Amino acid sequence: MSVLILAEYDNQKLKPSVAQLVSAAQCWKQAVHVLLVGNDLAEPARDAAAITGVAGVMCVEAPHLQHPLAEDVANIIAGMGREYSVILAAHSAFGRNVLPRAAALLDVEMVGNVVEIQAPATYVRPIYVGNVFATVRSNDPIQVVTLRASRFDTAGTGNHAEIVNLAPPPASARTRWLSEIRNQSDRPELGSASVVVSGGRSLGSAENFESVLSPLADKLHGALGATRSSVDAGFAPNDIQIGQTGTVVAPELYIAVGISGAVQHIAGMQDSKIVVAINHDPDATIFQMADYGLVADLFEAVPALTAALP
Amino acid sequence: MKLLVAVKRVVDHNIKVHIKPDGSDVELANVRMSINPFDENAVEAAVRLKESGVAHEVVAVAVGTAAAQDVLRHALAMGADRAILLESGDTLQPLGTAKLLKALIEREQPDLVLLGKQSIDDDTCQTGQMLAALLGYGQGTFISALEMENGEAIVTREVEGGSERIAVALPAVLTADLRLNEPRYVKLPNLMMAKKKPIQTIQAAEFGIDVSPRLALVNVADPPARKPCTMVGSVGELVEKLRSEARVLP
Ligand SMILES: Cc1cc2nc3c(=O)[nH]c(=O)nc-3n(C[C@H](O)[C@H](O)[C@H](O)COP(=O)(O)OP(=O)(O)OC[C@H]3O[C@@H](n4cnc5c(N)ncnc54)[C@H](O)[C@@H]3O)c2cc1C
Repeated sequence: MSVLILAEYDNQKLKPSVAQLVSAAQCWKQAVHVLLVGNDLAEPARDAAAITGVAGVMCVEAPHLQHPLAEDVANIIAGMGREYSVILAAHSAFGRNVLPRAAALLDVEMVGNVVEIQAPATYVRPIYVGNVFATVRSNDPIQVVTLRASRFDTAGTGNHAEIVNLAPPPASARTRWLSEIRNQSDRPELGSASVVVSGGRSLGSAENFESVLSPLADKLHGALGATRSSVDAGFAPNDIQIGQTGTVVAPELYIAVGISGAVQHIAGMQDSKIVVAINHDPDATIFQMADYGLVADLFEAVPALTAALP
Repeated sequence: MKLLVAVKRVVDHNIKVHIKPDGSDVELANVRMSINPFDENAVEAAVRLKESGVAHEVVAVAVGTAAAQDVLRHALAMGADRAILLESGDTLQPLGTAKLLKALIEREQPDLVLLGKQSIDDDTCQTGQMLAALLGYGQGTFISALEMENGEAIVTREVEGGSERIAVALPAVLTADLRLNEPRYVKLPNLMMAKKKPIQTIQAAEFGIDVSPRLALVNVADPPARKPCTMVGSVGELVEKLRSEARVLP
């Protein structure tokens, strides 16, 4: 038996989560296969084959898989799933959409958002918005698991695994992809950025959000993040929301600017290595989560911080 | 068009749960419970479809013990027409819940099934997807916008880096994100009126479905503690600490 990893890519580029999943998969001591679904997969397939620890890469290519739908991807996984003892994906919007569907087709429960694999089939996952960590043991014959990829080491490269093409099953007749909106940004991708500068509702306007936080993010080559309140107020686009309902980040440095520190926000940044909080309220909860705290007005402190950086 | 909305009773989102002294589980005795926030968005979406004349009936369903009647009352007060309690004392995990909902849906035959995208207790985000798989329906998950058009649900889904629109043929399963809508405030008269609406109880055991949990809970623990925060007096001191102590700045 072997481990199957559902890989993600964006614009022909394999996501960093794939190499993290490959390293996590090594604990099963079984062959690791990477599955790519899409159209025009040559480049991501080559990158996946180069990851150390990958025994084989499988590509399912078809024009209708250009924007892979959960119905199609889950069918592909369910069709091959019984040959595997473990099926992994990242706990991303894509993984969360597809993997539970595949698990149900295979009649197994899924274990979601795993932050630690204690032993094969024993997992740690946050519950209650990350306030509690539960250890669960799965009794299912096939382990279907989504991992919080940033919690795992990145596997190396230099491998030359075999790449095979598999025939695609017919397209789902039930769902059609229509269009997408991509928020263009020259900044690093939020989910894998090493610095995140995050702002709360206290920024007061979209203009302030941009003019106060962007220069700091740019100097640190970081990504911008936001609380739900600042997104709902229209100060920031919703794809940069961090938290229970947004992206989960794990940067080396997280700078929380005018953020109160609600549990739903903490759930999205608690894996950050170093947390800096700037808030004018000395009692703000965010300071309990921070390594360094500065009680100050953000409109003075952030420009001063930006200016103090090389 | 007939709509079915699944609602779950969970610890209120303002409550911080505590772990039992023996670490076997979280303490749920005497803790304030409410409707799962994302499910409230699902109910709101369904009620709006009814109010706009697209749907003629909204059925709210909860799976669990008799205590779940309070979240069904909440859904009725928001505007659902009737409610069904699938009564079960079992520990349910998403696959089991999805199997019970599937059995009920085959009986009720709704055109559209709405759920919250995740529950805030065990924070799983899978029941809707599993239900869609078992029914063989299309799925629209984590939706932030919904329109009905020619027998399809046109939904906007929040994904990394932006959003996408897909069309899902009916019958379909949709799961709601918080941005789908702002759930209405339930006023006392609505709650009083909801008391007159029917809640039907069906014993889940009637369906004869094996819903035994596939996952065993080994223990629960506090998340790893962080070091106490160092308060700095100035921006200069902050930069110095980040440079020499945390080593995150050059
Ligand atoms: C089901 C559910 C899911 C949720 N999901 C998320 C999620 O994914 N992400 C998320 O972020 N939230 C989420 N929330 C919302 C969350 O509970 C909080 O409401 C939100 O995080 C608060 O955002 P905020 O810190 O920007 O605003 P506030 O809580 O209003 O805090 C503003 C802070 O700014 C400080 N401040 C004000 N002015 C200044 C100034 N001039 N200088 C310095 N400091 C200043 C204040 O002292 C305060 O601490 C969710 C809520 C629910 C119920």
